[in-house]
Amino acid sequence: MAYVALSEAEKTFILHGVEVISSVPLFNSLFKVSLFLQEDFRCDGRSRRDYRPMELETGLVSNASGSARLRLANTDILVGVKTEIDVPNPLTPEFGKIEFFVDCSANATPEFEGRGGSDLAQELILSLQNAYESPLAFDYRTLCLIPGQQCWKLYIDILILECGGNLHDAVSLAAKAALYNTKLPRVTATLLDAGITDLIISDNPYDCTRIGTDAVPLLVTVCKIGDYCLVDPTAEEEVCSTVSMVVSVSMRNETPFLSGTHMTGGGSMHRDTMLNCIQLGLSMGEQLNKLLVKMLKAEETRVGPKRPKTVGFLK
Amino acid sequence: MSTNAMIELALDRVDWNDLAGNQEQLPRVFTPGEVLMPESGFMRGHGTFVEEENIVASVAGVIEKVNKLISVRPLKSRYVGEIGDVVVARVLEVGQKRWRVDTNSRLDSTLLLSSVNLPGGELRRRSAEDEQMMRHYLDEGDLISAEVQNIFEEGTLSLYTRSLKYGKLSQGMLVKVFPALVKRRKMHFHNLPCGASVILGNNGYIWIAPTKGEEQEGGEGGFVQNLNEVVPRSEREVIARLRNCILALAKCKLMLYDTSIQYAYEESLKYEPRELLQQHVMFDIGQQTQARLRDVDLVD
Repeated sequence: MAYVALSEAEKTFILHGVEVISSVPLFNSLFKVSLFLQEDFRCDGRSRRDYRPMELETGLVSNASGSARLRLANTDILVGVKTEIDVPNPLTPEFGKIEFFVDCSANATPEFEGRGGSDLAQELILSLQNAYESPLAFDYRTLCLIPGQQCWKLYIDILILECGGNLHDAVSLAAKAALYNTKLPRVTATLLDAGITDLIISDNPYDCTRIGTDAVPLLVTVCKIGDYCLVDPTAEEEVCSTVSMVVSVSMRNETPFLSGTHMTGGGSMHRDTMLNCIQLGLSMGEQLNKLLVKMLKAEETRVGPKRPKTVGFLK
Repeated sequence: MSTNAMIELALDRVDWNDLAGNQEQLPRVFTPGEVLMPESGFMRGHGTFVEEENIVASVAGVIEKVNKLISVRPLKSRYVGEIGDVVVARVLEVGQKRWRVDTNSRLDSTLLLSSVNLPGGELRRRSAEDEQMMRHYLDEGDLISAEVQNIFEEGTLSLYTRSLKYGKLSQGMLVKVFPALVKRRKMHFHNLPCGASVILGNNGYIWIAPTKGEEQEGGEGGFVQNLNEVVPRSEREVIARLRNCILALAKCKLMLYDTSIQYAYEESLKYEPRELLQQHVMFDIGQQTQARLRDVDLVD
């Protein structure tokens, strides 16, 4: 993660906002009573369960099969999906393939220059692969063309343009949006002589199929600061936390399921805290999922099938 | 358990240009490498270079013409220091008789051991013990407020904190904005009536902290941080609101000084602090503040 220097006093200030229980004296005529209030007021006014506002646009890269850009406060992610026809793995003849690639642009922070971002990129790739691994979390059958012979392979290229904390969540949201936006050209198979099949890809760019994205998982980072867990940490809050847990949440039949977890940071967690984290992650993941799908559908109806113009980065 | 998550569409993005004064004549922004005009008869100024007999922009910004001198003023730039500026800076490294600090300028600045107030009297020789105690006074990551004392030839700034109002900063929050947005004024330390104090560093670093009592301020010698003190919720709310207001003003590209911040704070009271992160709320605050500032100008 990009390094942010903080002084002890700033850390204390952030920590107190998250966790400290402050006593407010209530003066009674007979008794001196103290009322204990739990502070749940972070540096930017959010509570522990609030996300910062996000901005989403899909389909802004014209030469990719699907693309999305998500901006979460200062975190800026661009995802492009590329498609290719490949031979399926002999162990899973009915499954397609997905490959992730994360590029940490040196625009985000000078530390990413050269190979500086490769560790972070690797971590993000692994947690995404882990989340997408189960066929229940991603329906690999929709990528199958001819079982055992031909399948689609999706390359999900993730570009990190700016780091403002909470990369995992932003990356997974953007990836899901890009997959939702992905259009696979319609393919018909013809049987040639000697049992060889030939694929014919439709020439019409609007004649395409979509990928089922209902179950595509989202990652929710639950960050432990002091004794409490919070979501959507800023870069400063990430510095203050000892350990955080990335919970991947997949939705099936309107119920959230856990499709993987992953710990970051040097600290360790008590079992109860861990269960709390997973619970918090699941409930957040459910709400984020609903919200994302709602907004993607809203954008789709407003833009229409032939996208006239994109908003893009400037303006 | 309720949560507040919000995803907006880029289609609904606020057009920040709507805040510009004269809508008909928006200034043209030149990009690096763009030809400004032929060289003949003109002089090239800052932010330009000559290529194939043309004056070309070397930074992204608006053109400025003074008689025959053509220069491009960058939209975004690092801090260019001037002697006497108040800055907020972060210590990067403890070195030999000096601290290397970050002031958001192109090169790191230095704070010499001889230009800080050491505890125990104003006039005291710096001994070898003081050199060994340097990390005890200011450590890596610590924030200080200081003034620019000198600018060296290569452009590094030399700071000093030999006044009781400067020194190490305690609990509070740092906000970073473009240096050009901080208005140069006589005063950069403000105790705002809303109950927090801000230091508007000329380098674009703004420090927001709870207001301290008078007697506490004098006696601290510049190196004390009270880490056990808990900032109560009410002050925390003011600080968070101020932070979001300053960021909203910066987003609207409005100048930051005590009056504009105070107006923005007053306009923001109809919202919850966390709502101030939303772009249309930011836009509203910017618009209201701008209108109020304009009214004041008209009265004067």
